[in-house]
Amino acid sequence: MNIAEQLPVLPIITPLVLAPFTLLMPNGRAAHVWAMAVTGLSFLFCAMLLAQVADAGPISYQLGDWAPPLGIEYRVDLANALVMLLISAVAALVAPFSYESIRTEIDERQLPAFYCAFQICMLGLLGVVVTGDAFNVFVFLEISSLSTYAMVALGARVDRRALTAAYNYLVMGTLGATFFVIGLGLIYQATGTLNMADIRVQLSQGASNSMVEASFAFIVVGMGLKAAAFPTHLWMPNAYTYAPSAVSAFIAAASTKAAVYVLIRFTFTVFGTDFEFIQAMLTYILTTVALAGMFFGSLVAVFQSSVKRMLAYSSVGQIGYMLLGLSFGTEAGVQASLIHLFNHGLMKAALFMSVACVMLRLGVHSCAGFHGLTKRMPFTAAAFIFAGLSLVGVPLTVGFVSKWYLLQAAFDVGRPWAAFLIVASSLIAVVYVGRVVELILLREPPVDGPLSADANGEQVREAPLSMLIPMWLLVAANVYFGLRTDVTAGLAGRAANALVGGGQ
Amino acid sequence: MDPFQFVIERYNYWIFIVLMMIGLYTVIARGNLVKKIIGLNIFQTSVFIYYISIGKIAGGTAPIYLPGDMYRRMDHDDGHGGDGHGGEGHAGDGHGAAGHAGGHGETKAGGHDPDAGHASPESAPEPVEASDLHAGDANAAGALTATDGDAIGHAATADLHGGAANALHADAAGEAKTAEPHGAESHGGDAYGSAVDFVEPIYSNPLPHVLILTAIVVGIATTAVGLALAVRIREAYGTIEEDELEAADNISEFGVADPRERAEAQAGVGGASSVSQQSASGQSDPNGRGRKLAGDRFGFRRAGAGEEGGAA
Repeated sequence: MNIAEQLPVLPIITPLVLAPFTLLMPNGRAAHVWAMAVTGLSFLFCAMLLAQVADAGPISYQLGDWAPPLGIEYRVDLANALVMLLISAVAALVAPFSYESIRTEIDERQLPAFYCAFQICMLGLLGVVVTGDAFNVFVFLEISSLSTYAMVALGARVDRRALTAAYNYLVMGTLGATFFVIGLGLIYQATGTLNMADIRVQLSQGASNSMVEASFAFIVVGMGLKAAAFPTHLWMPNAYTYAPSAVSAFIAAASTKAAVYVLIRFTFTVFGTDFEFIQAMLTYILTTVALAGMFFGSLVAVFQSSVKRMLAYSSVGQIGYMLLGLSFGTEAGVQASLIHLFNHGLMKAALFMSVACVMLRLGVHSCAGFHGLTKRMPFTAAAFIFAGLSLVGVPLTVGFVSKWYLLQAAFDVGRPWAAFLIVASSLIAVVYVGRVVELILLREPPVDGPLSADANGEQVREAPLSMLIPMWLLVAANVYFGLRTDVTAGLAGRAANALVGGGQ
Repeated sequence: MDPFQFVIERYNYWIFIVLMMIGLYTVIARGNLVKKIIGLNIFQTSVFIYYISIGKIAGGTAPIYLPGDMYRRMDHDDGHGGDGHGGEGHAGDGHGAAGHAGGHGETKAGGHDPDAGHASPESAPEPVEASDLHAGDANAAGALTATDGDAIGHAATADLHGGAANALHADAAGEAKTAEPHGAESHGGDAYGSAVDFVEPIYSNPLPHVLILTAIVVGIATTAVGLALAVRIREAYGTIEEDELEAADNISEFGVADPRERAEAQAGVGGASSVSQQSASGQSDPNGRGRKLAGDRFGFRRAGAGEEGGAA
């Protein structure tokens, strides 16, 4: 068996086979090492996959040698290889990062279960992205969602509201997934196939009818729920706030991205923009939703006292940017959307990681914990500031690259007002990031009160190296990809070309 | 088109829509967490029903394909056929046998391609469910056929088949009388063995069934996780009513059940009128007393209070 031939399935199958063994680990440390190995392997496979796809073009992999459209096909092109790389990279960095943080936040005995759920969540997200079979998307989506519910609920030891947050996430997530399944049922009824490429072929032969349109509407609503797009974001702030800090870092960076990717994939590859109703939906509904989300998320973020919750609302706004790029319906728009999807994963993971460091030392994720952070935890503070600048979109960071391409796409499509609104909402990001940065830089650390010392009553120290290194790797990626724009922009450009052009 | 007929002909979709809406309404309108899960289940089940109903092919049987599986059809002048059943795969499968006892106007000869069966129009009547009794008959028929070995041998034992299939058919017909527009009773036993033909069995589309089996597994997992969360919430809060949970959270955070009350209480304008005594007293010590009050007020056992204490 040649490894290269099996490459598309390896990032999925490796954790699928190895993750259950995590439960047998005698203690948290062993489970942690195991999880690091598994996520590292997956990352390695994803990187190889991206390299191979970038060189040799898209790969079609037939599961069990059953030929599509009857068999399940994994189809990897640049778009999903890029998203897979993001998901596995964040997982591979969160895995080493998580240990110090998570063991103070959850019960020691639950650590093996946590690491098992973590790996399964990653494999589910990778599966959503890699598969070329529409129903397979649903199955993997639920695999990742179920483990996410469990991981969010683990935050209950610190704050019992994690339970209600996880419950609400479960209800909303299941509604979203079921809407998605209804959409798949309708499209199956219309075309008689579930293979994405085959659906496209069948749809292009006939005219649109109300069944196809209803199917698309169900899929958009379902995925919108999963992606926490603006009016359906209600589950998200609580889930991100009360989940264990390391979990927030992972799901904020990875899970909503997979749902946005599915939206892009279905809009452009499965249905195709030839249909009038899709154009109408993109122009009128998705643009409105995206713009509303950009402003709503950013504005609400300004008034949050918890930094985690602030970042969660900021995510609502950032998802708005991705949807805005998608709603232009052009190659440049999809390119900007994919770039921002990747870049936002990098910056949000770094931001949530720095909050996790503060949480570890001070036990809070409120703004109060950030007072005078430079004097107490300089590296954590610097990481937050760099990633925050990236979130705002300051030049030399990835955030700037995203915004730049988004603005270009807006001008390309002849909507300068959209460009204006992008800049305006970015200014709100300056306010909410600036608020925390002001606390970090200009305030003095509290000299008395519960936040003057860490949990043991000692001087607050810098976070341990096992947390600093992954965090700073992400910050470095934020700067590196901000300077080497050709890497992400080039890949995303080719991916967008393939997606919007329809062919490869 | 007659609107009434339009509605009736699509009754499966109406069932789906009504169930879906009941489920969705329950999820949204009910405050009890377990009831919400039940609503979610109804919602999901409606989708299962929808999938299964789109996979149903009128007159189709359970989609179990075996190479030796052959249906035997006797043609009648009126075009209705009753089937004997000669596959070991369906021996003992009463449903499969009875599905064809309902009769189908189309005759197909030869060929093993299962897709041919799918192409049949929906004009054929719905199949009749067979009881276990029929299954026994079908078993007998199957056993007889099994000795034939292959399709060619069937003609030689047509009489045997006729007898067995007849018994099967008669039973099925008895049930079919009320339900079937194509009355199966019109097939006389004498017709059997006259025109023997080998045709494709008609299978229901298996794919939706497979999909839904997967979706059921997912649904059960979701329900299990949801109920487990409800149990944990009950342990941590002492209640599974949504508004009481919200009140408990507000009391621990703001000291009053409704954040709006706090402003009034602080303003001191006749606070007693709108601020309940409990809330007002809870305000003095939001983290300790307020929580205790929440428990007392709702009269629930404060299970898991120790865990809750871990909140710091």
